[in-house]
Amino acid sequence: MVRDVAFGQFFPGKSLIHRLDPRAKLIMLVAFLVIIFCTFTYPSLLIVILFTVMFILLSGVPAKFYFKSLKVIIFIVIITSVLNMFYGTGTPLFEWGILKITLDGINRAIFVSIRIVCLILASSCLTFTTSPTDLTDAIERLMKPLGKIHFPVHEIAMMMSLALRFVPTLLEETDKITQAQKARGADMESGNIFHRVKAFIPILVPLFVSAFRRAYDLATAMECRCYRGGFGRTRMKVIHMSKRDVLSFAAMGLVICGVIICNILLPAVL
Amino acid sequence: MEFICVDNISFSYDDRDLEKPTKNAVSDFSLSIKKGEFVSLLGHNGCGKSTVAKHLNAMLLPDSGKVYVDGDDTSDEDKTYDIRKKVGLVLQNPDNQLVASIVEEDVAFGPENLGIEPDEIRKRVDEALKTVDMYEYRDHAPYKLSGGQKQRVAIAGILAMQPECIVLDEPTAMLDPNGRSEVMSTLIKLNKEKNMTVVLITHYMEEAVLSDRVVVMDDGRVLTQGTPEEVFSQVELLKKHRLDVPQATELAYKLRGCGIKFEKMPLTADECVAMLEEVLR
Repeated sequence: MVRDVAFGQFFPGKSLIHRLDPRAKLIMLVAFLVIIFCTFTYPSLLIVILFTVMFILLSGVPAKFYFKSLKVIIFIVIITSVLNMFYGTGTPLFEWGILKITLDGINRAIFVSIRIVCLILASSCLTFTTSPTDLTDAIERLMKPLGKIHFPVHEIAMMMSLALRFVPTLLEETDKITQAQKARGADMESGNIFHRVKAFIPILVPLFVSAFRRAYDLATAMECRCYRGGFGRTRMKVIHMSKRDVLSFAAMGLVICGVIICNILLPAVL
Repeated sequence: MEFICVDNISFSYDDRDLEKPTKNAVSDFSLSIKKGEFVSLLGHNGCGKSTVAKHLNAMLLPDSGKVYVDGDDTSDEDKTYDIRKKVGLVLQNPDNQLVASIVEEDVAFGPENLGIEPDEIRKRVDEALKTVDMYEYRDHAPYKLSGGQKQRVAIAGILAMQPECIVLDEPTAMLDPNGRSEVMSTLIKLNKEKNMTVVLITHYMEEAVLSDRVVVMDDGRVLTQGTPEEVFSQVELLKKHRLDVPQATELAYKLRGCGIKFEKMPLTADECVAMLEEVLR
């Protein structure tokens, strides 16, 4: 059975976010990630949080999937915020031996954890609402100027989309091989970590062999379908910027301005 | 001139590790295929069927001899893509020949490579998917489909390039009986309704029976060829080369050995039943 991975999954839909140009989404994500790390005051942090909540609601993807993607990183959030708490400077509020908590430390912890959570939510929103093909297509188009300096843009985009295409196929195959090896008496559940890693070798070897065979077949099939690289290739789905994209860029611009104004006018907390 | 003309080709997969010359996968093989014909290429594993298939669309070039597709020599590099556009090849494993994560985007892959306008691609994709009865699955992920459905998507992917001939290299070998009959009825429909030239490579006798002409291969050569009736009536010859005949023919052959007379050899179960009724009356 194909395992359920929330992060990086695509949920087909017709929401406003789904219909945005994937290029616009990608650019906005990058801009948003930068602005998340430029928040130094509580009002600017609030703007970022509100914006995140807004696009989660607009995406039409059930909130539980967003929580699912957060579950994976919750430990990272806790550990980094606890560490940050003890690294503050200024007069300590509490003190135990060498450990001291300051107001500055608490502020840092709050900022770091909220930043990471918003980062994950924003990236999840992109992958939840954009099909892998659209995403690689967008990357290919955005990186096109790099082709001028002989950077293999099309090849990289093609590799990415093929890799994504084969993820479920290879997962299924891994399950099949695991079962086959178990049927032959392989023990994968007991023993210490080294034991278990070693037990994985009889699964990896056949998996690699079959992956190479698949790659060979795939190359033949692609050649049979007249594939000859990116040159002279057209696309069935033409992506183009529309009014929606312009409007969302404007919204993004407002958020950026808001954060910057807050940073200038108010004293920085950090 | 015939649409595809294979003229006395030989081919060996050279293996540089071996000192001795390797055996030819195909030797002195000739075949011609007319437009609109449904030809089956039959033989057991390692007899050179797949090698022949890959010669038909310039995936492999013969060591000696020539292959002509619609008058063009396959060894002419300028014509390679014209030939691949005219002769589409479908492979055995449907999983390994689908390139995109959505059905319709996979079907669009061929026409996209040919540099066709987006609107025209859309039209061709829809038409190809309707031809193989997979239109309602157009936005599905291929890994969620059954084997027969995946293979039909692969066929649609070739059809969208609008070839004149479609070559299938054991397309049903990895499918269950349901998938097999889905693929076979798609092929028959293509041949009868769209007048598509079909070259089916198979080792299932029951599939070969459905074609206009059967070519039996053994050890890289043509053993015998003709209509299914002509080929499968040569039971002794086929048996001598460890090849099977359809079950119905086998039964009739054995009964004939017991002294029951059949006018001609039956090929399908229905035919066999009808003939037995006649004989037993």
